[in-house]
Parts: sequence; structure tokens; C-alpha cells
Amino acid sequence: MSGRIVMGALAPHPPHLVYADNPKQNEPRAEGGWEVLRWGYDALRAKLKKKDYDVIIVHSPHWRTVVGHHFLGVPHFKSLSVDPIFPNLFRFHYDLKVDVPLAEAMCAEAASQGLVTKMMRNPKFRIDYGTVTACHMVNPDWDKPIVGVSANAAYDYFGNDVGDRQMIALGQAARRAVEKLGRRALVISSCSLSHRHFTTEPGVPEDMSYERIYNHNQYLWDMHVVKLLKAGKARELLDEMPDFIDQSVSEARAGSLTFLLSAMGFPTHPAEVHAYGTVIGTGNAVVSWDMEAA
Amino acid sequence: MSVVRGYIVPGKPQPLLTPDAAPGYRKLADAFGTVREEIAASDADLIMIYSTKWLSVIGHQIQADPSPTWVHVDHEWHDLGEIPYSFSIDAEYAAAYEAAAKKRGLTARTVAYKGFPIDTGTITALKLLNPENRIPACVVSCNMYADRAETIVLGKAARDAAMQLGKKVVAIAVTQLSNRMVTEFIEPKSDRISSLKDDEWNRKILEFLGNGRLEDVSQLARQFFREANADQRFKAVWWLAALMGQNNDYEGRVLAYEPIWGTGSAVVSLKPVERGATNVEFDEDDVEVYRGDRNVLDR
Repeated sequence: MSGRIVMGALAPHPPHLVYADNPKQNEPRAEGGWEVLRWGYDALRAKLKKKDYDVIIVHSPHWRTVVGHHFLGVPHFKSLSVDPIFPNLFRFHYDLKVDVPLAEAMCAEAASQGLVTKMMRNPKFRIDYGTVTACHMVNPDWDKPIVGVSANAAYDYFGNDVGDRQMIALGQAARRAVEKLGRRALVISSCSLSHRHFTTEPGVPEDMSYERIYNHNQYLWDMHVVKLLKAGKARELLDEMPDFIDQSVSEARAGSLTFLLSAMGFPTHPAEVHAYGTVIGTGNAVVSWDMEAA
Repeated sequence: MSVVRGYIVPGKPQPLLTPDAAPGYRKLADAFGTVREEIAASDADLIMIYSTKWLSVIGHQIQADPSPTWVHVDHEWHDLGEIPYSFSIDAEYAAAYEAAAKKRGLTARTVAYKGFPIDTGTITALKLLNPENRIPACVVSCNMYADRAETIVLGKAARDAAMQLGKKVVAIAVTQLSNRMVTEFIEPKSDRISSLKDDEWNRKILEFLGNGRLEDVSQLARQFFREANADQRFKAVWWLAALMGQNNDYEGRVLAYEPIWGTGSAVVSLKPVERGATNVEFDEDDVEVYRGDRNVLDR
């Protein structure tokens, strides 16, 4: 049995997007907001509807670990995720399943690459909002199991190049595990591009008259990255990743984007960019790669 | 109003969850116990915490749920077990703190939501220092973008609110000293400070604190951060020093200094006294109202 990664997606996780969508699982109610990004997710979901896949692998910056790369290792989680930064927007009741055998296989493959790894076996563990938000936006039916992977702090501890090396190895490990277990996997990178926030919020958070990129430098970097992805230049983006991270305060510093590109084998076919937009000053793109069309 | 005591404590959960896994963890847990007894013997009516483990982006968040209750599992140390908690929060003080912070130009808001994820540092401190919830507490977040001026004003606002309500305050900075963790799995008994350089800087800072020179440490924080990768730029000490009055008039005691997974972890007690170490040199601005970052590129 041979599996494969059927699709990859950059799926940013600002909780604002879930808030604006008003799903029943989220307690706060919104009047809308951030439509372009949400329409981008609509387009991504429409593509996914036509895809046959059986698991979502998600790498989230908001499950941050220092000692190794951790993997969710409990079959079922049900609880309330409250965003510690935007609790006014995100108080989400989640109920999700985990593909534990695939998580264990990824953990073992990563360990065989020399990475420090750990399975997360505590059933009381609360899932981070980066994981919940990205998974909800790509699959609001929650009818697929996930494999949650933590964001190791190697970029902060050793530097961007070392972080990228680890994430390349982690992405390769994910691909091998998917192939060995015969899964058809969607891999998502739950992260923004540029990531400098405004530190104030309008009285009505979804008041779009306040929404814009934090500064022009970030916009230029974001557009450069989007152009590289549209041109199928994932390798070139990897070469420039350390500069992108430093010069745009990018959330790619968490490793999620490099992990995704590596898992897909650094695709040379053009990515489909469904949307670009800002959320509280940060740059966000909804992007997908159909790996079966490559 | 008065600040009857100030403390610096580490925010990692080992002294609470696995105190006997390493001799150093036990020493830290015992030091927490000493602080617990000091607080119990004081006539404080508020424990005010600033935790580097609670990061915020939108200004400064202040916990205002009168009784936050949950079972917490740390994202890194999930294998050490769960921490059930139920705390008593002084919501009146939280509201006063929010108002005082806004009056001084800061963005601030209270948070009171069921299931709000109180951070490991705050939980560890309150469980070990105030286990019976005898004294109401309040917690303020660590804004990831805030630098010295903003954080000092945040400390002054905490003082304003305490003065307004006539509170007797125990002020607690939850922070590591050096914050370089060991990035591999180790036997806790073999735990050590990540580098000799970090260790030497930690000891220098603790020497100052042992002499009661909190304001001097506050003014050294930037250099300490650069040299020893201090926790969140060591801004917790800016907040603590501002809340306690920006001076060196303390009787300082280092109750414990040990590694937790490579980080410098200390329990320090600061008791206000007359003329503790007054003859010192202050050289940084004393900011009263926050008017935003001074962007040198605009000048």
C-alpha cells in the first residue's frame, strides 16, 4: 500500500477568520470582516471537496516546544480552545480525532532522521488555537482525523538556517510516514507570512476601515513570496527564507512553511493563490498545491 | 497602599509537578515554601503577578475572572501531568488597574472568560505561594512588543490602582533569569545552566538583587538580556521595579538559584526597608505617561 500527499496548503490561522465566519462552535458573534481571506478559504474548500483524502497533517506555530518536535498521540480530543491573545474573538468548542498510527509513524521517521521527538499522550492536553483555526477553515465539517505537530523553537535557539534544516527533515519524515502507511494526506502550514501586529484593536474588531498591512516593507516581502510560490519556485523561497523571516518578522520562523514545502518535495509547479489579505497588520495568504496535478 | 514584599520566581512547572526529580528542583520548591510562609505572615491583601509566560499583542491584558477554574496541561511538559486549579482573582483591582493603565496612555483590557488559558508560570506561582487562595490575586500579561518605557508605565499603573484602592500588595515577577533551555531530553538530575556565560551573568544579577539593588538590576536589564538571553528581555523586572517604587531600598535575599532544563531559575525575596542600598546610580528615563515608541526613523 503506497500513500501520498495529495495536496498541500498554506492555511493561516488568525482567529479573526473563524470569528468572522460565525460557526456554531465559536462563542463570540461577528458582523463579518476579512472577507477576501475567507473567500480564499471558500475556494480552497471547494477544491478539497473534489479531493479524496483521509487525514490532515497540521504544523502549528502556537503549539511551541523547545525540547524536540511533538506529535498529538491521543485518539480523541474534546474541549474549549480560548485564544490567550484574542479571547474576545476565539472561544471555540472543538471535537476532533487524531490519526495516532500516522502520528507515531511520523514521530519514528523524524527520530530516525536524528530529530528530537516526543509523542504527546496526555488526554487533558488542550489543542492550540493555531491548529484548531487552520483545521476548521479547511474542513469545517471536522470529518477527517488530524495529525498535530508542534513548532520547535530551533529558529530562535540556533538560527534560521538550522531551523530550516530541521523542518526539511521533519517534512521528509512526514512524507515517508504517509507513504508507508498508505494515507492520502492533506498537509497544511498554519501560518501567516509577514507577522508584525498592530498592538491596538478597534472597538468593533471587524471594522475593516482599520485593517491594513503594518508597513510597506512587509507588503513587498509578502508579494515577493507569493510570486515565488505562483512561479513554482519553492526552492528559491527556501534559499531566501532566512532573510524573509528576519526582514518581515515572518511567522515562517515557526517552521510551518518550510515543513510544508519539504513535505511536498519543494514543488516546481505553480501554487494556486486563493487570497491574500491582512489581519491586524499581518500578511496572510491562502495557497494550495495540487500534488496529483503536478 | 504599600508594597509589602516583592519576589522573583521562575515560571517552569518542575518545582510544582516534579520537585524531587532533581536536587535543584527541590531547593526551588523549598524556596517557594519559604516565600509562601512570608506571604502568609504578611498583612497583604493582594498578590499582583506579572508573568512572562502570558504573552499579549493587543496592549496589556489583566485577568478579571473572579474564579478561573480549569485543568491545565503544559504544552512542553505535558508528560509531567495535569494541574487542576481554581484561583481567587480580585476583579475590582483588575478593573482599577485597567483604568489606571489607560490613564497613563497604555492599551489595556481585562479578560474574564470561562476556560481562558492561564499560563503555566502564573499557575505554578499561585499554586505554590497561595495554595488556599487566602489572598486574592491579579495577573497582568507580558506584551511581546513592549519595551522598557511601556513596561515601566505598566508597573506604575499597577501602583496607581493599588493606591486608589488602598491595597497592601505582594508583587511577583514570574520570570526565568537566563532562558536558554536544553533542547534535548535529559535526566533532571543532570540539569545544569546552559552555559557558563549565562551562569556568570545570572550570578552577577543575583548579587545585585541580594544587595537589594532592584532598580539597578532594572537598569541593567537590557545588557543582561543581550548577554544571557534573559526571559522576555527581562522586562518583568522593569515592571517589578516600577511597581515597587524605583529604588534600591530593599533587603534582598536569594532563596534559591538552580537550573530548570538549562534556564537560570531563582527565587528572590525583596523586603522594603529604609535606606537599603540608596547610594546608587540611576541613568535611565523615568517615564510617567506612555506616548508610544520613540521611532528614531521618524526624526
